[in-house]
Amino acid sequence: MPDNNTILLAVQTAAARHGNDPANLVQILREVQDALGHIPEEAVDDIARFLDIPRVRVAGVRGFYHFFHDRPHGRYEILFSDNIIEHLQGKPELLQQMCTRLWVEPERMSEDGLVRVGSTSCIGMSDQGPAALVNGVPVTRLNMERVETMVELVQKGVPLSQWPADFFQVEDNLRRADVLLGEPLERGAGVRAAVEKGSDGILAEIDRSGLRGRGGAGFKTAVKWDFCRKAVDTGEECSIVGPKVCDNTAATVRYVVCNADEGEPGTFKDRVLLNSHADLVFEGMTVAARVIGARQGFLYLRGEYRYLFDKLNGILAQRRRDGLLGENILGSGFSFDIVIHLGAGAYICGEESALIESLEGKRGTPRNRPPFPVTHGYLGKPTVVNNVETYALAAKIAAKGGEWFAAIGTAQSTGTKLLSISGDCERPGVYEYPFGVTVRQVLADCGAQDARAVQVGGPSGTIIGEGEFDRRLAFEDLATGGSFMVFNRERDIFEAARNFSSFFAHESCGFCTPCRVGSTLLKKGMDKIASGHGTCADVEELKRIGQLTRAMSHCGLGQTAANPVLQTLDKFWGDYEKRLISKEFEPSFDLDKALAVARRITGRDDAWAHVSAD
Amino acid sequence: MSEQKKIRVATCSLAGCFGCHMSFLDIDERLLQLLEHIEFDRTPLTDIKHCGPCDVGIIEGGVCNSENVHVLKEFRKNCKVLVAIGACAVNGGIPAVRNNIDLWECFQEVYHYGIGLKNGQIPNDPELPLPFDQVHPIYEVVKVDYFLPGCPPPADAIWKFLTDLLAGKTPKLEYETLHYD
Repeated sequence: MPDNNTILLAVQTAAARHGNDPANLVQILREVQDALGHIPEEAVDDIARFLDIPRVRVAGVRGFYHFFHDRPHGRYEILFSDNIIEHLQGKPELLQQMCTRLWVEPERMSEDGLVRVGSTSCIGMSDQGPAALVNGVPVTRLNMERVETMVELVQKGVPLSQWPADFFQVEDNLRRADVLLGEPLERGAGVRAAVEKGSDGILAEIDRSGLRGRGGAGFKTAVKWDFCRKAVDTGEECSIVGPKVCDNTAATVRYVVCNADEGEPGTFKDRVLLNSHADLVFEGMTVAARVIGARQGFLYLRGEYRYLFDKLNGILAQRRRDGLLGENILGSGFSFDIVIHLGAGAYICGEESALIESLEGKRGTPRNRPPFPVTHGYLGKPTVVNNVETYALAAKIAAKGGEWFAAIGTAQSTGTKLLSISGDCERPGVYEYPFGVTVRQVLADCGAQDARAVQVGGPSGTIIGEGEFDRRLAFEDLATGGSFMVFNRERDIFEAARNFSSFFAHESCGFCTPCRVGSTLLKKGMDKIASGHGTCADVEELKRIGQLTRAMSHCGLGQTAANPVLQTLDKFWGDYEKRLISKEFEPSFDLDKALAVARRITGRDDAWAHVSAD
Repeated sequence: MSEQKKIRVATCSLAGCFGCHMSFLDIDERLLQLLEHIEFDRTPLTDIKHCGPCDVGIIEGGVCNSENVHVLKEFRKNCKVLVAIGACAVNGGIPAVRNNIDLWECFQEVYHYGIGLKNGQIPNDPELPLPFDQVHPIYEVVKVDYFLPGCPPPADAIWKFLTDLLAGKTPKLEYETLHYD
């Protein structure tokens, strides 16, 4: 355990680097954890003192994010990605093997403090899984052999920097490129166009292009930017003083935020964009800044993609040197800069208002909307939040105009969409398609001959069976944020739905009761059916709870948390039916087993120390 | 006076504090009115030990030990309509606070480390109900037809609930009678 001076020094350093600003609390906590291994109580005290905020706020934020720890969690922390695709590819067996060989229980640190092996939500590697995060760095393409080697490396205490480099190899797996990824844009072309055409000119092009947000909801980008551009800061709801990285004086301060919290299970296209096309993304953010008149931008990078952090900062630095970022961009007098904030493991932070809360150094709890971020966003100021892909496309549109883009895709869904394809197909990876492509076409292209079902848009999206493969990927039909998970005929769709239910129960932020309780009840119901104790009454209860959760939840997470259960009950009833027992009612736990502890303590084994099943 | 068949009602408290029963008694003189329509089977008022065939069974408290299960199952078998009354029956309530504590630690605290205890022994008499490792709401053990929340539910809510049921209606409570914060 670190002593008090070490803790104080770590806190002092991290807090100073972030201007002792409470809005940077998440970043400060991360750096303190980097220095100390975890965030002990003393560090919480110190942080509260340095930032002059209540202690509970610091502890509350620490407790909210999965990647923050209040106690040591091992010199090696190995977290297997719990995505259903990787699950089906053998994740449970690999995890079990690693635990057996290391002589540890899942989710529990070894007695000597060497290692903890556990699970985490999808880490965006399902095209090259099973994968795991080792001390935050992804190790891909796991198999028994690789697990065996990892066990040896851990036991010998080999530092991560000396592990075989190919363990950490993350492939782009770009399989089909279209106008976004296929035709390179000259570096700076988007920014140059933005500077030349000005706010009105660019906005007109974006409007002409028909571009809609690529995160999944599909809001018109031009409308969003225009709202933000026109929003005037009323000075309300700005409770804390924020980081004054750029000092805008009289005029309304506005912010550009890029949502790179790609948490929807089965999505990884932003990973590829940020790894190989980051310039395009930053370019798009700069274009947005020019349109709305922002001087400050944030890239909110999910904690799972931390391995890209240094690389991205390097690209930002290069852009500053090239005059494409920072003060007086391209000599035009327009100034804009971007800071990267790292998340710390919370799916909910992909919801834009939760993301903003997190950017402000708080727990990622979604806000009430309205007011929307375009008028009351970061620190209560007008803020544009868009997906990574949206910004990349905006950069292209700024440079090449809107007409060209509007000619691609369908009437309501112009342009192309990146799909993250994983699961039972020969060629998983990123595919760029014009909107309007059929599921059948995509399946044929990725080599999925034997598909039984496709989960479109991730767990919160839609699952479709064979009868619906002629449906089209577009906002008019099947809207998607990009996740495309293929299940073949041997796959059990019930297990997929159960995995998704666990995911939502785990990721619910806990703010509103319908979601917090509902998602857990759904998970429990699915677990009961999986254990062979489910009855028709349980199915009816699942439906009831599902409707309630959907109707009453505060944000999109809760409103979609029941989708997997309700949709699969409807479309894949057979997978449920074969598990149900024909009884009117079955207790939700094993009554006799629940008495075992007391039997052991009292040494009793008489008839009254048992309860029969019925 | 017309001689109509009375509705037979049984009540009991499992892992509860009898607070819900007290609240039931708080319907005061309306109890007499109620008794024109109902008769009691097993309840703390009658001292009948086992529940016989009934129309309505009202359960207070959650399930914390083996005896609770036997009583609850007997109620379910004999009652046409089973009602969970109060926070403990509905959710586990206060007794379920122990769910986060290991049962062995509970026993040690009670029988070994408690103030004034010397050479404490853990009782193992077969007559004593054996506790479960966790306390459960009753719907996890039997099918429950109605849930009446509250800690305890106010007398008016209980009155409204029972009179609706007696009138052959689905009980419906106003928001105010269910609203506690």
